[in-house]
Amino acid sequence: MRKQPLNRFTLTFESRSANESFARLAASGFAAQLDPTVEELCDIKTAVSEAVTNCIVHAYPDGLGEIRLIGEIFAGGLVRFRVKDKGRGIEDIALAMQPLYSGLGGERAGLGFAVMESFCDRVSVRSKPGRGTCVTLEKQIQGKLVGGDG
Amino acid sequence: MEISIQGKCMTVFLDGEIDHHTAAPIRKQIDGEIDRLKPKLLVLDFGGVTFMDSSGVGLVMGRYRSVSACGGKVEAVNLPPRLYQIMKLSGLEKIAGLRMAGERP
Ligand SMILES: Nc1ncnc2c1ncn2[C@@H]1O[C@H](COP(=O)(O)OP(=O)(O)OP(=O)(O)O)[C@@H](O)[C@H]1O
Ligand SMILES: [Mg+2]
Repeated sequence: MRKQPLNRFTLTFESRSANESFARLAASGFAAQLDPTVEELCDIKTAVSEAVTNCIVHAYPDGLGEIRLIGEIFAGGLVRFRVKDKGRGIEDIALAMQPLYSGLGGERAGLGFAVMESFCDRVSVRSKPGRGTCVTLEKQIQGKLVGGDG
Repeated sequence: MEISIQGKCMTVFLDGEIDHHTAAPIRKQIDGEIDRLKPKLLVLDFGGVTFMDSSGVGLVMGRYRSVSACGGKVEAVNLPPRLYQIMKLSGLEKIAGLRMAGERP
């Protein structure tokens, strides 16, 4: 059975690098209604920043495209973000998700997926070469009430 | 960002948010100084950094490449715990000295 979200937003923006900070601030602002700890908000900012940067750098390497960020909150304090692009897609998802693998090299450490996985409870990727990619990030917010940082 | 130079040691005091967008101008400025000075030691001080994603790791790796090409070393110091955790994910400690905030060499 699929649970219905208690709250939801969709944001569509151009794949300009200036939107990396915009996207992570939007995501953390939305999650703030769950009364998360500062740490949890930082986790969300970092993971969303990675996913959105990947769209800008990898999905649309030589031009502008559209990125969609969808946020959902579920009963019990689960927050889910989906980051979608209609860019070049990923040929081998398992390989792409390996720590230190980068299709680009240079200034890219190949760490984005590893960072997303270490700061979220669940990360999943769907992709079709030439069609686009959707990265889903899920995090259970414990919040300040349940033994957070105050 | 502030760069201070003492002999062949170059220290960069980074501040604000480091992501893919902000890393580009930071990189450009640091690389200009590396080219000029050819430092034996490059210290990247993360004490003033309020946000960082994997772009910060790329920033250190890239500078390691150019500095080590001239026989120099790189250190990332004053790392807040979260940044230290991200740096560790990459195994960066194998090529660059990593020190948390308040940690002595
Ligand atoms: N949205 C996307 N569209 C197309 N390819 C992608 C996308 N996201 C990731 N990839 C591919 O997966 C690889 C791994 O991504 P990951 O974020 O882990 O590392 P990176 O972006 O290369 O480096 P870093 O994130 O450390 O700067 C990328 O190099 C790229 O080839
Ligand atoms: Mg990445």
